[in-house]
Amino acid sequence: MSILIILLPPLVAALLVCIPIGKRWAAGITVVSCLVNLILIGQLTQQVVAGRIPRELLGAAWSKWIAVDGLSALVLLLIALIATTAAIFSFGYMAHANPTAKKLRLYYANYNLFVFSMLAIPVLAEPTLVWIVVELTTLCSALLVSFDNTREALEAAWKYVVLSLMGAGVALFGFMVLFAALRAGGGGTYTWTGLVTAAPRLPAILLQTAFLLILVGLGTKVGLVPMHTWLPDAHSQAPSPVCALLSGIETTSILYVILRLFPVMHAVPGAYADTWALVFGLISVGTAAFLLLQVKDYKRLFAFSTVEHMGIILTAIGLGGSAAEYGAMQQIVAHSLTKSFCFFAAGATLLATGTREIAAVRGLIRRSPIAGAALIFGGLAIAGAPPLAVFLSEFTILKAGLARGQYVATGFLATFIVIAFFGVMAHVNRMVFTWPQTESATATNETFRLPFSCRLALILAAVPVLVLGVYVPKPLNDLLTLAAAAVTR
Amino acid sequence: MNDATNPLLENLNALAVGLSLLTAFGIVAMRQARACLNLFIMQSLLLAASAALLGLRYDSLHLYGVAVVNLISKPIIVPWLLRKTSPAEIYTRREIDQVLNIPTALLIALALAVGAYFVGIPLANAVAPEFRGPNVPIGIAVLLLGAFTLTVRREALSLLIGLLVMENGAFLAGIAIARDLGMLVELAIATDGLVIVFIMGVLVRAVQKQIGTTAVGALASLKETRATPEPDQARS
Repeated sequence: MSILIILLPPLVAALLVCIPIGKRWAAGITVVSCLVNLILIGQLTQQVVAGRIPRELLGAAWSKWIAVDGLSALVLLLIALIATTAAIFSFGYMAHANPTAKKLRLYYANYNLFVFSMLAIPVLAEPTLVWIVVELTTLCSALLVSFDNTREALEAAWKYVVLSLMGAGVALFGFMVLFAALRAGGGGTYTWTGLVTAAPRLPAILLQTAFLLILVGLGTKVGLVPMHTWLPDAHSQAPSPVCALLSGIETTSILYVILRLFPVMHAVPGAYADTWALVFGLISVGTAAFLLLQVKDYKRLFAFSTVEHMGIILTAIGLGGSAAEYGAMQQIVAHSLTKSFCFFAAGATLLATGTREIAAVRGLIRRSPIAGAALIFGGLAIAGAPPLAVFLSEFTILKAGLARGQYVATGFLATFIVIAFFGVMAHVNRMVFTWPQTESATATNETFRLPFSCRLALILAAVPVLVLGVYVPKPLNDLLTLAAAAVTR
Repeated sequence: MNDATNPLLENLNALAVGLSLLTAFGIVAMRQARACLNLFIMQSLLLAASAALLGLRYDSLHLYGVAVVNLISKPIIVPWLLRKTSPAEIYTRREIDQVLNIPTALLIALALAVGAYFVGIPLANAVAPEFRGPNVPIGIAVLLLGAFTLTVRREALSLLIGLLVMENGAFLAGIAIARDLGMLVELAIATDGLVIVFIMGVLVRAVQKQIGTTAVGALASLKETRATPEPDQARS
């Protein structure tokens, strides 16, 4: 089976949704294509875990550009999973506002193209081609961010596009310097594995420059502080299922590209990848933790928490050592699953209350028990409360940091995580459990019924968050170990 | 062609690259959106010239490819796409209330260009001795000037051109240090530039329809300290 087959379902679906049959057609076909994709990627991941590297059938010229290993399989699996739950959530969520059929077709066409562009990132092995698909993710998602067509949504989309593309310009130069480094080191194939093989021969100054340019350039899209300014805007103004994609997996899949450089940097004496990761990571976690305290909009709350978690992952990589790298992979999985759930919960809250203001939402548990329960569960899960996935991964990282003797960095990380915990929980708790002060705010007393597909998506997204907090299944453990090894090497 | 240094080709290349830095300064200084677009087209032509000259110098088919792609996509397709997607208003706009006045902007731009020189020289030296040409430092300078344009401008067209100038800068440096990157990659990057223009054009049209201005950079309602947005403003 060719690896490229996993790119087909979203492309076909993007074409099929354009057929004007009915409002449910586009939504249904998207769910189906995402499910097909999930099965294909599940099979591919099984092969990778079993140690059978899938062969390319397209001939030598193509196959050197296409490769899947543990790390890319992990990212692919997450993309497929979250694209599926978000598609199910979209089914009811997008129909709720009753948009025109044309607008819905536009939404789903963009949705599928966006999923396609994200799936292409881990599959491609040639860095400049990866840069191009990273650009595509920006361009395919721009119209999804501006979908609501309000003043705020347009502003958010504009900032998103301009800052992401600005970063992309810097990253493009970085990838060119990387190529120059490969040539100066005596040549080799310009792929991720080719770079790792050639790494000991490469000149450190070029490699260091390339790494920094790419870290800053792509870090803009990951949302690393101080390049994060667009992120809370875009991740809060987009329709909630799109936020789940943006926050849950887009950031992760771009971070994946940065992670690809670490094995190359580790092989070169005099290259300081880990220190930079630690610095950028800790600054991101710290800034986001304090900004979390003062948000006014609950979708921005979760957006800032994405900045925080990207920082945690980068810090874990920077701490070094196989235990911390395993923790980073675990954190990638936990964050993607939990954050997508959080945005589904936020979307449900938005449907039930019609406002994004934290101050305007009080007593949500009475207005919509499901949305209220989901929001409090999502808040606990993303903040890192004990029996849930994020807690386990954060615990692994902190333990690994202490074992490495990195007491200062680990201490800062732990402090920021605790601050963020209280930031998230204070806001969420107030929204769900406190009762409104004035009578006028309780105008509607009857409970709100969430569309069926939204409830289904919430349940489907909650299961892995619960399970992964208790134990990590053996196949996933193998995959995480493989992925961590791909970062170390 | 010949592996020994060819002073004529080198000097011509230096001229083309130097002039493209000048156009980048021009883009920083110009208030008229239309003039910025013209300067950008001129810069793309100079980039194509530099690629062709380097192609002649190193007998590289790939660099000729870069030259041709640049000749077709930027001076011809970009203006056409802009006309198709975005409102005609963006051409006629002048920026009256700039973030910085022109002399200050030019001074900062000068400082950036000098800084780029000191960053670029060691980089170019590390690659290969024959590449101590002007492309890498000036490429970095153009990249930085593009980024600077993006931070001080508010008009949609100026911002879009700032992005494209950044890409031009990356290419100016790239054709010298990474000259055999691969034709497919080259074509893909060119197509990508066109998709950027298309998407941003569509966004500008939506902004103009919704808000009635193309001064997109001035939009700033999304902030942390924002209290409840005034209802009339939110719906307008």
